[in-house]
Amino acid sequence: MSQLIKNGAAAADSWKTLEIGEGETPETVALPAGDILFPLAVWQARKSELVGRECLGLLLQPDDKVEDVAADVARFTLIAVNFPKFVDGRGYSTAALLRQRYGYTGELRAVGNVLHDQLFFMKRVGFDSYALTDGKNLAYAIERGFSPFGDAYQGATDQPQPYFRRRA
Amino acid sequence: MYKYDAIDRQLINERVAQFRDQVRRWKAGELADDEFRPLRLQNGLYIQRHAPMFRIAVPYGMLNSAQLRAMASVARKYDRGYGHFTTRHNLQLNWPKIEDVPEILAELAEVELHAIQTSGNCLRNITTDQFAGVAADEIIDPRPLAEIMRQWTTFHPEFAFLPRKFKIAISGTEEDRAVTWFHDIGLHLKVVDGQVGFTVIVGGGLGRTPIRGEVIREFLPWQDILSYCEAILRVYNRFGRRDNAYKARIKILVQALGIDAFRAQVEAEWAHGKGGPMTITQAEYDRVAAHFTAPVYETVGDVELPDEKPFLNWLARNTHAHKVPGYAAVTLSLKKHGIAPGDITSEQMEVVADLADRYSFGELRISHEQNIILADVKQTDLHAVWQQSRAAGLATPNIGLLTGMICCPGGDFCDLANAKSIPIANAIQARFDDLDYLFDIGEIDLNISGCMNACGHHHVGHIGVLGVDKNDAEFYQVTLGGRQGNDAKLGKVIGPSFAADEMPDAVEKIIQVYLENRHEDERFIDTFDRIGIDPFKNRVYEGRAHGKAKAAQKEAA
Repeated sequence: MSQLIKNGAAAADSWKTLEIGEGETPETVALPAGDILFPLAVWQARKSELVGRECLGLLLQPDDKVEDVAADVARFTLIAVNFPKFVDGRGYSTAALLRQRYGYTGELRAVGNVLHDQLFFMKRVGFDSYALTDGKNLAYAIERGFSPFGDAYQGATDQPQPYFRRRA
Repeated sequence: MYKYDAIDRQLINERVAQFRDQVRRWKAGELADDEFRPLRLQNGLYIQRHAPMFRIAVPYGMLNSAQLRAMASVARKYDRGYGHFTTRHNLQLNWPKIEDVPEILAELAEVELHAIQTSGNCLRNITTDQFAGVAADEIIDPRPLAEIMRQWTTFHPEFAFLPRKFKIAISGTEEDRAVTWFHDIGLHLKVVDGQVGFTVIVGGGLGRTPIRGEVIREFLPWQDILSYCEAILRVYNRFGRRDNAYKARIKILVQALGIDAFRAQVEAEWAHGKGGPMTITQAEYDRVAAHFTAPVYETVGDVELPDEKPFLNWLARNTHAHKVPGYAAVTLSLKKHGIAPGDITSEQMEVVADLADRYSFGELRISHEQNIILADVKQTDLHAVWQQSRAAGLATPNIGLLTGMICCPGGDFCDLANAKSIPIANAIQARFDDLDYLFDIGEIDLNISGCMNACGHHHVGHIGVLGVDKNDAEFYQVTLGGRQGNDAKLGKVIGPSFAADEMPDAVEKIIQVYLENRHEDERFIDTFDRIGIDPFKNRVYEGRAHGKAKAAQKEAA
């Protein structure tokens, strides 16, 4: 469970993640209708069955190679990047690549162990929705989590120009 | 030296407010210990054996007198009136209260000091040569690019949670004094065909698995350094190991892939960033470089210095060639015998700040050998600087000598340590307390680490000492032949380890072998290279059973 932050406010979450149960494989698992986040392996195995969907979600794990979906990013309504532990920083590079290199413009969501003190960095690399870990203070995260700093030195997705190029 | 402008001040003040709020939420139970841990680490705060250890950054080793006074003040007000300079341009306090740290950070911020990313698995403080800007063998002053890189590393959103810590060092001189071969990224500034750039070294490191770095790029134009480092870091962040903290440094990734495959990945990644917005502009370089212009040097006439032996000893060891005639760089020794190497009291910090104001344009530097440098002293002032620093216990003439050793805080303070290091340092200093003897032995680097994390850089000491734990007892492993500099090398283990009380004898025997074998004007390391490790080994273990003989002895007992 988690608490969704989207467009700077609490939001309802209509998306479910497809779990691959015991005895099932990406090739055999049933593909439910609705707002579903599909693991990369399912997308790769069942692409032909999924491409026609209007609402299509993709769930990327830290060790999934974003290059594998480079040509398909425009097909997804939502891409979720999982942070199994908040100290696993691979998802920041995944997000930066999706936005900066592969031109993904749909919703990009941080899921998993998503905490107040990482929201600023997540926003900077290109996330625009956040499944804050349950039990954490949602209102305070929305109020303060995105703005500990008013500016930044480096270029990133949210501001590609580093500060030194924006000096008057 | 660099002065903050509005953006720098804003970010550092926002950092203080952010950490204050994090401490508050942690105290209130809103942040679990493991959630708070990386946050406090990235503000330099370890939980240690006795109390938290708090690490303040000295970016690329530069300080002004007001900053050193502020350090003196926080050490006195929030700690026990002293601090410890480390091998990576940091000042550590050993006893502050966590609850006080936001206030300490606020006081430090007023003088443009911080503890940002001084620990944790992130981009650490950038280090360089303590003689940057004044060294006689300087090619390019590394400080403007070090400051530009400092800003780039600060709160980098993509690289705040790397597999492991990441250290960058820059050298701008002929002779490398920044240990660049043993950093995650080592940079050598150079000029090729009139163009300024870097040789980029990657994947070096000391610690548990010491590895000399490898050249990933012979020449990179300076404008490209940020985008190129981002490419290296992105490859590392994505593919560096995260399953085992001991195998998580970039050196392990580089070794696993091989430098050629790693280089190919980095170059492929860089193809996207090259020439992009992170390319440093001439305007930005000029803006930052303007902070590092040379001070207004005077013309110093003929200098006649007093002919007193203690002063001459100090001149020989603690002053260094300066590129401006009539000036010298002075090293204030934090290696007084009997004191923990690198330690300095608040009172001493204030004396040093006064000396800097009076004799060196109000600026000073910290060396990775844990000493303080006054970089711009008129030769006519040297006698006065000697007298005043001597009165404060800061003029031990042992820079580059055996007792001017590098030493980590060790088991007396550090939670990671396997063994104490300061008592070993002090015991060796006591054994070699005779100055004439020390001078006769000459130049030698003795480096001591209390554990294989190697904060005391033992691998690159001519004599390296590593504290190890054997069945809950502290022992010391000795290596010989390591060195820093252009032909940096790891030392070789001499043999079985020693108990603490055997260490002064072991070092003395090693020194005796050197003295008996040296040719005229041959340094320890040169003799070692000529005669090899065996004569040292034979002497040190003479009459001491080891291997099969030791096993037999044990059985007989």
